[in-house]
Amino acid sequence: MKELLVFIKKEFKHVFRDPRTLLIMFGLPVAQIVLFGFALTSEVKNIDILIADNSKDMISTQITDKIKASRYFIIQEKNIGGTDIDRAFKRGGVQSVLIFPANFSNDLSHEGKAQVQIIADGTDPNTAKTIVNYLTAIIGAYQQEKFPTASLRYQILTEPRMLYNEEDNGSMNFIPGVMALILMLVCTALTSVSIVKEKELGTMEILLVSPFKPVMVLVSKAVPYFILSLINFTLILLLSVFLLHIDIKGSILLLYMESALFILTCLSLGLMISNATNAQQTALLISMMGMMLPTIIFTGFIFPLENMPWVLRTISNIVPSKWYFLIIKSVMLKGLGLQYVWKETLILMVMTAVLLTIAIKKFKIRLQ
Amino acid sequence: MEEKVIVCKDLTKQFGDFYAVDKISFDVSKGEIFGFLGANGAGKTTAMRILCGLSYPSSGEATVAGFSVRNQQESIKKNIGYMSQKFSLYENLSILENIEFFGGVYGVSRKDIRERSDKLIQDMGLQKEAKKMVGSLPLGWKQKLAFSVSIFHRPKIVFLDEPTGGVDPVTRRQFWDMIYDASASGITIFVTTHYMDEAEYCNRISVMVDGKMEALDSPANLKKRYATDSMDEVFYKLARGARRSGD
Repeated sequence: MKELLVFIKKEFKHVFRDPRTLLIMFGLPVAQIVLFGFALTSEVKNIDILIADNSKDMISTQITDKIKASRYFIIQEKNIGGTDIDRAFKRGGVQSVLIFPANFSNDLSHEGKAQVQIIADGTDPNTAKTIVNYLTAIIGAYQQEKFPTASLRYQILTEPRMLYNEEDNGSMNFIPGVMALILMLVCTALTSVSIVKEKELGTMEILLVSPFKPVMVLVSKAVPYFILSLINFTLILLLSVFLLHIDIKGSILLLYMESALFILTCLSLGLMISNATNAQQTALLISMMGMMLPTIIFTGFIFPLENMPWVLRTISNIVPSKWYFLIIKSVMLKGLGLQYVWKETLILMVMTAVLLTIAIKKFKIRLQ
Repeated sequence: MEEKVIVCKDLTKQFGDFYAVDKISFDVSKGEIFGFLGANGAGKTTAMRILCGLSYPSSGEATVAGFSVRNQQESIKKNIGYMSQKFSLYENLSILENIEFFGGVYGVSRKDIRERSDKLIQDMGLQKEAKKMVGSLPLGWKQKLAFSVSIFHRPKIVFLDEPTGGVDPVTRRQFWDMIYDASASGITIFVTTHYMDEAEYCNRISVMVDGKMEALDSPANLKKRYATDSMDEVFYKLARGARRSGD
């Protein structure tokens, strides 16, 4: 036991004396949170719109003002025709065009209906749809406000609500994803590198010749990174609450327990990788590159898993971060308890057990 | 009768139909400096790994410090020290921290660690450097330090695997002075080397060729037997017949 403490103390010294490890450990999470939280929102803002108002009447002007007031758009006003619109899109600088026809107001007052045309750049379908939705909503709201009684005889009003995220906070979905990504990368990469480093240096040989039990080498490598990862998790949590204004709905204790479990999964994976290689660079490459892409793709926080072909969806089941992501989303954002995430928790437990068994087995084989 | 600390009888390690170590037998006495020579690939490392309790023999028997390499490996590990050709202290720990760590891993008590490390640092004249990172020391010092660390827990036997690779002649000489001191204090030295001048420093040397032990005697007797006055020549005559080479 005393030997174990000596070893763990040494591991902490290694971490705190290596600027690169510290950077990966604590710099990466901060950078990722800031990046995902601010740069990569799914919200569309600052849309360049060209408004071609051929009618220039009170209503079209009021609608234009509403669009201006919505702060999603950057407006250019110009009277242009069909071919000019095409050119404007081709030249870039315009993402959508709104056209009021010349007899817009007349049609509205005499026939009771009028048309406006919304043109959006379809090469980016998601953004295009969002823009069209924004404009439709703004015009719809204006219509409601202007002619509350002149509505159709039968009118179905949709009343959308973004459940669990009423403010449509774009960073919400990213936070659990970023947590999964960071813990996965940091735990796996740092653990595997720290073991492989001993192999490269030749100190592993000395340790194996010493009476120190080989399994204890694994334990003493895992303990410091487990503690550091929990600190890391706390850091991410604090950043998301105070920087990105995420509201944690569920139990903090449950969040920590689930994260501790996921950290164990990642550590086991790291230990397994370290057994398979003898060079730090290989270990880093496998755990950084080999893990990064599957984690990003199969966790489901950037690309919805539901839309993937069944082959990929099946593959996603063996990616631990997918399950962790589901758990964290449920607990943190929806405020659900363990009774709703026990299945995912069980899956992570089984994964950890399997990975750890392989890691220990392989480590023993190496000694023969 | 001298106390035998390593007894090897028909020790064999077989990988498939390849005999890495082929029925070697020898004894090493307490306090002896035993040179273990052989070309690359002759089977030295494999034999040494068995004696250190890192690998099981395929057949034959060996005891190290009185414990069997078959089923008492844990007891062997408590009684040996080991230093490899690779420099193997932690570069980003200080000299003192390295000593404390390895002493701790071998279960040396905190009080003993303090007393012995004070003496060690004084003997090596490293008072000023004690708190410096090992990475900043010159290679010769590192190797001497690594040797001191390998015998820090007072083992019965210390295994040195090409301990002086890449070290300058002066430091090598100093290194061997340390080996003599350790031997005089009763520690058995089991050393592999490719430097024939170092072979001359040993009490007895063995030469392995293709997994077999082709010669085992004192350097003087070996030179007499092969009618030459240099160990280089002895080694060359023996190793020339080797069919295996490389690691």
